[in-house]
Amino acid sequence: MSVTQYAYYPGCSGMGSSIEYDISTRALCKSLGVELLDIPDWNCCGSTPAHASDHLLSASLVARNLAIAESMDVAGIITPCPSCLKNLKTTSLRMQRKAFHDKVESIVERPVRADLPIKSVLQTVLEHCEPEAIASHVSRPLKGLKVVPYYGCIMNRPPDVMTFDDPENPTSLDRLMTALGAEVLPFPHKVDCCGASLGLVRRDLVTTLSGRILDTAAALGAHAIVAACPMCQMNLDMRQSQINRANHTRHHMPVFYYTQLAGLALGQSESCLCMDKLCVNPADTLRLVDCPAAEERTR
Amino acid sequence: MPTKTVPDRNDGNFLQEVQQASEQNLTRCYQCGNCTAGCPLSFAYDIPVNKLMRMLQAGEKHAVLSSRAIWLCASCETCTTRCPNEIDVARIMDVLRHMARREGLVAEAPVRHLWDAFLTSVEKHGRVFEVGMMANFVKRTGRFWTDADLAPVALGKGKLGLRPHCIEHQDEVQRIFARFREQA
Ligand code: SF4
Ligand code: SF4
Repeated sequence: MSVTQYAYYPGCSGMGSSIEYDISTRALCKSLGVELLDIPDWNCCGSTPAHASDHLLSASLVARNLAIAESMDVAGIITPCPSCLKNLKTTSLRMQRKAFHDKVESIVERPVRADLPIKSVLQTVLEHCEPEAIASHVSRPLKGLKVVPYYGCIMNRPPDVMTFDDPENPTSLDRLMTALGAEVLPFPHKVDCCGASLGLVRRDLVTTLSGRILDTAAALGAHAIVAACPMCQMNLDMRQSQINRANHTRHHMPVFYYTQLAGLALGQSESCLCMDKLCVNPADTLRLVDCPAAEERTR
Repeated sequence: MPTKTVPDRNDGNFLQEVQQASEQNLTRCYQCGNCTAGCPLSFAYDIPVNKLMRMLQAGEKHAVLSSRAIWLCASCETCTTRCPNEIDVARIMDVLRHMARREGLVAEAPVRHLWDAFLTSVEKHGRVFEVGMMANFVKRTGRFWTDADLAPVALGKGKLGLRPHCIEHQDEVQRIFARFREQA
């Protein structure tokens, strides 16, 4: 496999609340020949609080990272986090306008070209290695595992900015999980909102929206949800007990990052993939992978 | 859904300002309701998003900027994705929040405080420090932290750092905030 170097933007959650996403992303990229060079001294992109407060501030926080990445010898910038991705891509796009570009540069006090390709890790991995090619590296197929793919609302949207996959019915995660041997169930909430950061101020909104996602996944008979966004994963996993309390449900639905399941299929160990960081214990679900017949017995 | 009936003095410049700041042409909205039909937060909004667009066209500045809906919007981009007239509705919601702040009309103060606490943390450390952000949020709002039940879980999983991850050149990020304020 050829090796391509990318500037890697982990995002703040990768340092804490989604540390298992960061670690398993690095492992997956390594095993597929996608070389990640961390953007040195990267700063927070400002996330929603910045773009909801001012677009110039938001773009300036992003642009410092773009400028640093531009001084590296890389094919582009990649990040696992859809929220960071949307900010990076939106800024780069808006900076094509000279007036805005000049304003941002005057605030960042650095030259910023804003011309590097910016992609999600998911897109990069699949462009680098077709799912069929990834399948040939699988040593522990996810046979027996029924999953629903949950992309979250902004991995593919708005389409003009994200320019990846279908904005209403994306299939990249479906294809990847199928190639790894899992059974992918058709899921109507692929791109529905989990409630994002509203949980911190209006928890009822998140228990309603994320609760619906868990309800449908369970009703479909899924063993697990596969996520690609730190915010979604946190709402569905860490808040699952709150959701159960609020909605009088008893879900026990593991919510994996797709990079964790991919790593598992490619032969990485559960401890390296930080399975123990998940709040909903996935042990029973992971046993299905080794022994699909176990499901029949536990029924 | 309750709708605002407070009469609003029509502010002719308002529509213009919103269009300029969002780079959108709102006259193209023909009230199909797609945005509202797809909006995941419609059930919690005081004014549905298509109605907000209609009120914008009519220049109902005060009613629009003092709505709760603009603060409950999760920036999910569904409206933008589904508008048949290619109006970036989510960007307009952003712009309305910016304007509501400037006009002092923030209807959901906790949301604003949360975002301010987040940005304060970024300004201080270069990255967001979750524990510091929450402490700041609680201080600003005087609210009980409703997620206290999650703290032991997050701590146990090593997901809640007790020390900030400061970047090396914090001063550069601080200067970005400072210059931004000078320009604003
Ligand atoms: S989807 Fe577009 S055209 Fe339809 S009501 Fe909403 S903003 Fe107007
Ligand atoms: S971006 Fe905001 S207004 Fe638009 S659909 Fe999502 S939550 Fe509703």
